[in-house]
Amino acid sequence: MRRHVVRVTVNGRGYERTIEPRMLLSDFLRHELSLTGTHVGCEHGICGTCTVLVDGVATRSCLCFAVQVDGQNIETVESLGRVEAMSPIQRAFWEKHGLQCGFCTPGMLMLAVELLRANPNPDRAAIREAIGGNLCRCTGYQSIIASIERAAELLRAQEEAA
Amino acid sequence: MTAIPSSRQRERPGQSLKWIGKSLKRVEDPRLLTGQGRYIDDIDRPNMLHAAVLRSPHAHARIVSIDVSAAAALPGVVAVLTGEDIARSTGPLPCFANPPVEQRCVALGRVRHVGEPVAVAVAESRYLAEDAVDLISVTYAELPAVVDPERAISASGEAILHPERGPTNIAHQRRFAFGPVDQDFGNAARIVRRRLRWPRSGGQPLETVGAVAEYDGASGKFTIHMNSSMYNYVGWLVALSLGVAAHKLNLVPTMAGGSFGSKIFTHKVITLAAALARICGRPVKYIEDRIDNLMACDNHGSDRIYDAELALDANNQMTGLRCKVIDDYGAYFQFGVGHHGNALSQIVGPYRISSVDLEIIAVMTNKCQQGAYRGFGSEVANFVIERLADAAADELGLDRVEFRRANFIRPEQFPYKIPTGNLYDSGNYGAVLDETLRMLDYPGWRAKQAEYRKQGRYIGIGIATCQERSVFSATEFWMLNNEPGFALSSSPEGVSIKIDPLGKVVASLQAPFWGNSPETVATMVLAEQLQIDPADISVTYSDTDHGLAGTGPGGSRYTVMVAGALVGAANIIKEKLFRVAGHMLEAAPTDLELRDGKVGVKGAPGMEKSIADIAMHAHFFRLSMPDDPTLTSGLDAAYTYDHPLTTLPSDDRSDLGIFYPIMGHMCHMPVVEVDPSTGKVSFLDYVAVHDCGTLVNPMTLAGHVRGGTAQGIGTALYEQYHYDENGQLLTASYADYLIPTAYEVPQDVRVGHVETPSPYTEYGIKGGGEGGRMGAPPAVCAAIEDALRPFGVKIDAMPVTPAKLRGLIRAGKAAA
Repeated sequence: MRRHVVRVTVNGRGYERTIEPRMLLSDFLRHELSLTGTHVGCEHGICGTCTVLVDGVATRSCLCFAVQVDGQNIETVESLGRVEAMSPIQRAFWEKHGLQCGFCTPGMLMLAVELLRANPNPDRAAIREAIGGNLCRCTGYQSIIASIERAAELLRAQEEAA
Repeated sequence: MTAIPSSRQRERPGQSLKWIGKSLKRVEDPRLLTGQGRYIDDIDRPNMLHAAVLRSPHAHARIVSIDVSAAAALPGVVAVLTGEDIARSTGPLPCFANPPVEQRCVALGRVRHVGEPVAVAVAESRYLAEDAVDLISVTYAELPAVVDPERAISASGEAILHPERGPTNIAHQRRFAFGPVDQDFGNAARIVRRRLRWPRSGGQPLETVGAVAEYDGASGKFTIHMNSSMYNYVGWLVALSLGVAAHKLNLVPTMAGGSFGSKIFTHKVITLAAALARICGRPVKYIEDRIDNLMACDNHGSDRIYDAELALDANNQMTGLRCKVIDDYGAYFQFGVGHHGNALSQIVGPYRISSVDLEIIAVMTNKCQQGAYRGFGSEVANFVIERLADAAADELGLDRVEFRRANFIRPEQFPYKIPTGNLYDSGNYGAVLDETLRMLDYPGWRAKQAEYRKQGRYIGIGIATCQERSVFSATEFWMLNNEPGFALSSSPEGVSIKIDPLGKVVASLQAPFWGNSPETVATMVLAEQLQIDPADISVTYSDTDHGLAGTGPGGSRYTVMVAGALVGAANIIKEKLFRVAGHMLEAAPTDLELRDGKVGVKGAPGMEKSIADIAMHAHFFRLSMPDDPTLTSGLDAAYTYDHPLTTLPSDDRSDLGIFYPIMGHMCHMPVVEVDPSTGKVSFLDYVAVHDCGTLVNPMTLAGHVRGGTAQGIGTALYEQYHYDENGQLLTASYADYLIPTAYEVPQDVRVGHVETPSPYTEYGIKGGGEGGRMGAPPAVCAAIEDALRPFGVKIDAMPVTPAKLRGLIRAGKAAA
């Protein structure tokens, strides 16, 4: 199979790889770039676990070939914060018990990033709408919605402080 | 009846506690939130190969021939192996049924369900392995597909799945009677009868099952990363399948992205990866894809048809329960009828029922086999007794709430032996009910229901008052067998802890992270035991090389069991801390106490040494301590905690013994609205009150209740592994197997807690991991029925999909 050069920016860093055109973006991130924070749940585009941002737009990386995002800007969970310096969204999920097994969490976090950039003060209906396409098998979603509500508060407080 | 063993509880309930009972944020979370969880597919090994399986397209067929030549010739493909190839070095998978049913990690000669592995390709990448799978050519001779469980009973000839077990697809049939059944039914003033259908669903965690196996030919040793829940309990059985001694197999746990029971053993995947690594001489990763997991995870849930009868006396008291149950076990029988053993632990619910007659008919069909799913069969028994309770109240014209209350086992009757022999350790069911009614504002919702009804809206209030047995022992696996087989009776949990020279604590668990909070629980219990800051504790997971006896999570046991192990280990550590500190402080160890990271002399403030100072002394200053051979360097302890209260069944099985006695309880009350024109069910309110004894972490327990409730709603309304008449799985993707999204669950499941401590466990803790799913299905069905009373709709079968509900509404209208 003919291989293609792909140049992408992931979490602010440039990467160049030569890959088969059939390689999924999810596999590209996980196996070519060793960014294993993005998880794969169903590989048929339903569960949303593998959600990343492509040029700021939430995208199911299992439904997307890596060659399709050539030249684009990808954001994954690894962009958000580190254990010792978590982002407000991560801190909110911690505080509000927005995760149990943690497997769907990176996808949920990236949906929250997209939502809160567009709408810093979402109501619960808007949050439900934002995460309504992703599956979580542990929480029943209630604590995820509460987490994103809390994240908006933390981000607004951070904004005001700045 | 056997005597009740005395309590071995060391830490009494009701103490003033600093950490237990607080909503401590989970210590697992920061690494999960930053994408550093290290799940199975995150494991990478140098020179690693990838495997993909060819799945059977047929429900039942003989494998006539397999041609792997084209697949094997593909560049990048290292091996393409059939069941026969694997069987040359690897034996059958473990099976707890007796007589066992032979299952292979790759089918040998015959496939028995759609999706069963037929061949496996190993290649330099998963892409290439899947390419190779597409090039394997198999000739099948189709056999009759057995799909309907009732027709399976009379199947014969070619339709028998396992002829070596006899000319029948009945895998197990046995009738049990406990208590005065004939008397209770003979004297009954009324017998309520229902035929109830519980659908096949499953855990479906978002991470599938996987393993990364390495084989060191020089030492003959396997090292396998995997995401099983009970690797310390069953790892040796995988070694037997591989034909090696157990110490030649080291199982290393990874974080698991959810289980809900479905990763309890995972032995097929572990065995397959190990077999491939040995054959190929290189590390091999095999991860199920979602279709593998839906079709062949070996953990479909219960699939039962009940003919159930409840006897009532003239005072409207429940007296006897009689059930004939047909359970569709699918193609294999790994746990035998353990699920029915489980259900017998609480089959009478919270009610004073004096007799039980249960006939179990387990049948084999051409479907994925049953395994574990949150409830392990007891959730079905809850559904049955609650549906009967509703039916009885309706037939008698009684209020469903007060009818239940009048039949509850009363607080003064505990510990309470139920007819099957199991013990309910403690409970206060009226208190749970009262709290639920208060939180819901039951009279308020009844008034609103009447008001909405005038507006043409159909609102219903449901109730379920269910048991939540916790702390699995092991006898349920075999006690219903005609010949017991492997009659195990241990379910221990070990833990080791050490304090390092700087005074920080490491605890090693013998069980994995499976989606719950084992590190948080261990941290909280240890902080309490040692009176130290949780930040000074870290928790790790032992592999089987370093593990003590352990069982792992399952049957809502882990919190209770690890607390018991930690108390035992902490007592050993404390004794040594006090000996060393006593020497340093020139005080008798009996005069010492732990206080906030220090050991001090009682009644003498300031007379103290920090744990860090004592630890440094214990590790490195041996010659400054007494020359006593019982005092050794270091500060460590290991302790294995056995089940706190379990006994063997009687030989004639008229008494099953005490096997699931740590009894939680719940009351769920949903308020639903049904749109009669579409059959859509939506939630207006939901209150769930649980009594799991002494609360360890209210926040994480509430998380389980809400998550379990969402799964219960999935079972009640949406989810089903639906096989057509040819045995094709029609719901083999998430587009068809419908897991609730944020739109299908209540916006706010309001969770309440009542605490009735166990007299048998440390601090009085009870398990609470399965509760939501054990209560939501009957509660939701009751609410739908209540909403549709004007149409006379009865809910006897799940999932209650909109189409099915429309059918029931139409039939109700026609009959009216």
